[in-house]
Amino acid sequence: MPVYSIKVNGKLQQADVAADTPLLWVLRDHLRLTGTKYGCGIGQCGACTVHLDGNAVRSCLLPISAVGKGLVTTIEGLSEKGDHPVQLAWEEVDVPQCGYCQAGQIMTAAAFLKRTPNPSQQQVMDAMQGNLCRCGAYHRIREGVMAAAKKVAAKKA
Amino acid sequence: MGTPTNDSRREFLKNLSWAGGGLLLGFQWDSVEASMPSLLNVRQATAPAFNSYLAIAANGQVTIFSPNPELGQNIMTSFAQIVAEELDADWKQVRVEQAPLDAKRFDRQLTGGSGAIPHSWTRLRKAGASARYLLVGAAAGRWGVPAQECTTEAGFVHHKPSKRKAGYGELAEAAAALSLPADIPLKDRKDFKIIGKPVKNVAGRDIVTGKGIFGLDVYREGMVHAVVQHPPAFGTKLKSFDASAAKAMPGVINVVSFKNNVAVVARSTWEALQARKAIHIEYEKEAAIEHSTDHDRWMQEMLDSDKATVRRRNGDVTAAFQSAAKVVQAEYQSPFLAHNPMEPMNFFADVRSNGVELIGPTQTPANARAQVSKLVGMPEDKITLQLTRLGGGFGRRLRNDYVLDAAELSMILQKPVKVVWTREDDMTGGVYRPAVRYRFRAALDKDGNLIGYHLRGAGINADNSTREDNFPSGAVEHLLIESIDHKSPITTGAWRAPTTNFLAYAEQSFLDEVAAAAGKDPVQFRLDLLAKARQQPVGAVKYNIERMEAVIRKAAEVSGWGKKKGVAQGFSVYFSHASYVAQVAEVTMRGGKPSLSRVYAAADCGQVVNLSGSRQQVMGAIVDGLGHAMYGRISFKEGKAQQANFHQYRLIRMKEIPEVEVVFVENDFDPTGLGEPALPPTGGAVANAIFGATGIRLYQQPFADHSLFKG
Repeated sequence: MPVYSIKVNGKLQQADVAADTPLLWVLRDHLRLTGTKYGCGIGQCGACTVHLDGNAVRSCLLPISAVGKGLVTTIEGLSEKGDHPVQLAWEEVDVPQCGYCQAGQIMTAAAFLKRTPNPSQQQVMDAMQGNLCRCGAYHRIREGVMAAAKKVAAKKA
Repeated sequence: MGTPTNDSRREFLKNLSWAGGGLLLGFQWDSVEASMPSLLNVRQATAPAFNSYLAIAANGQVTIFSPNPELGQNIMTSFAQIVAEELDADWKQVRVEQAPLDAKRFDRQLTGGSGAIPHSWTRLRKAGASARYLLVGAAAGRWGVPAQECTTEAGFVHHKPSKRKAGYGELAEAAAALSLPADIPLKDRKDFKIIGKPVKNVAGRDIVTGKGIFGLDVYREGMVHAVVQHPPAFGTKLKSFDASAAKAMPGVINVVSFKNNVAVVARSTWEALQARKAIHIEYEKEAAIEHSTDHDRWMQEMLDSDKATVRRRNGDVTAAFQSAAKVVQAEYQSPFLAHNPMEPMNFFADVRSNGVELIGPTQTPANARAQVSKLVGMPEDKITLQLTRLGGGFGRRLRNDYVLDAAELSMILQKPVKVVWTREDDMTGGVYRPAVRYRFRAALDKDGNLIGYHLRGAGINADNSTREDNFPSGAVEHLLIESIDHKSPITTGAWRAPTTNFLAYAEQSFLDEVAAAAGKDPVQFRLDLLAKARQQPVGAVKYNIERMEAVIRKAAEVSGWGKKKGVAQGFSVYFSHASYVAQVAEVTMRGGKPSLSRVYAAADCGQVVNLSGSRQQVMGAIVDGLGHAMYGRISFKEGKAQQANFHQYRLIRMKEIPEVEVVFVENDFDPTGLGEPALPPTGGAVANAIFGATGIRLYQQPFADHSLFKG
């Protein structure tokens, strides 16, 4: 089997896996980055969302062979001290219930806010529509993204 | 407060070796007689029920062990709040740990029925108050002052007359040498500083930084990964399989069969999943092979049969209907539902010759251990079970079939194994909320009074599909509640707010129909019935009339019931799991379709423990109730679930949520649970509002199937 070298959270990592192995399972089973979750395996729930070159992607559908030189960021690498504005806002708003979908929600929100730093509530809902939360914590997820946007704006000002 | 004495009737357990000389306290709250030793080492404890557990380290850090499985109901936070309140701990110094399964230390170590808070409320308060009592005793002894002159605040004992203070950490060791009197005074509720406040989820930091705290995140040295192919259709069993191709695939360690299952064991999850696709398996018929069209027909036939079991009977319902001025009749039907917690089923098991180690997410750890004990033929005391956080439960993880998969595979392979079910495995493999159909009949006299009420519930593996003592039982002179059930090979089980998750919708919709037929306002109609239940109760009344009235009035008040223009309101109220919740939904028409803009909820769960978590539970339950009423359905063809993943089983998403406003009724009742009670009323409130906006009544879930929402 081929050995793939991918850059994850700023570190070059190697995995000896089949070409079609989804990035999700490489992260979890081989690199032990377990913050990225398996929820459906078909790109419907968003629990496995990571960043590839800053864009939110579903790692369950991304074969390792397609990662190439792309920079992968997982929840573990989103910030050094867990202080990304989305993470801080999430704690302030007390967003999580069971917490399982939250890494995916946070990664989607972080990529979205980078592109859209000053979003309307409608834009937030459009951006977060692809991430399921079975606990139904959507009100606070929305509030968390809005609160994070304010933090980003305050930082820039 | 007196000086601590040795005449304790309760056991006080200590372990000085913990955490560098700190105090480890455990309390058994059974009424043990005085002959029991008042001081015990924790390892000598043999009593059956040992309910709470906290530790104070020398540096003042308080660790509270939370025994119940945490699946998002935020029990780790609320339990700790209760202990910390009575302890007068500094919340910033409180750390909460998930306790492993330990029947000697804890009782009712499970999550289900919204029961953890009401069960543990007094136990946890006493645990905190007892530790506080001992710490005060230690300080008083050190200073040579009466304990009554000492006060506590945020992790310190103070003696204000002499301006002395000492931290809990430095007092812990001396406190451990003291013992307790029989009665420890508890705080007056007006002095609560932590209970009733919005306190953030104690696991928040771990969750937002992606720490591996769920069952799926368990990885152990030497562990292999397994996926299991269960029979794909209910009513079939394994006939034969050919795994030669699968065994030759990369990473595959073995392919084994147990019971009716074929499992692939590999060095990684993906390799196991790929190899499973390459196994050729044949199944044969074992029991009835059912279709949803059969279920529809059988439920109709059962409603027409006279073989239903009587659950409650008051008066003479037949005579009431004969004398009625008006009769209202309607039937309501719901499909099977899957639980779909976001974390799929998984468990770790290491079965060795001298013991078993189990790690993972389950709502019923004691049951899991008992079943594994039976399976592997080893006594329970040789089996440890460490709970991880559960990525949702909703009742699915009450059943430990996936734990048994892991244990059986580990036993066969003699290796530590983690079993993972895919989303498809779970959605097509059962356990489901049963499908049910209800027939309601109401008899009104010429003045519009409800004089007769008849409910017959028919279900598929639903057992008793009614709640015979719920409202309006007690308020109707002639009443008959019956149920009838079809036994099916399709596995069913408790789904968040069992039975009431659909019954409440059906009943609250029907009561709206009856109110309309009686020419009464839906809110006033319900209040009139409650007044009747108070003045002339019929049979047993097993709900609190005043508490139900209070949530009805509160919901009507905050929603501006009956006073709004341009919006249709729908009302619903339900009592379940010892809590009361009334809801008002608001619907407007948008592009010819009903659109749900807002839901108001008034909840009475007694004393609110965590204002943030409680609001979150109510909001989440409303979103959940709405989502499943709108979209949820599992249907069957040839015994096989027709929905296997989220592209076929629609869950509610962010853009479909209404605004939600939550208020809590304040009273002096002890807290009751809130994991479930806010869900049952939602479907009825929404359906009644849709009726108000469109004149169309929805008799079947999922609502999205109705032509109202098409095109």
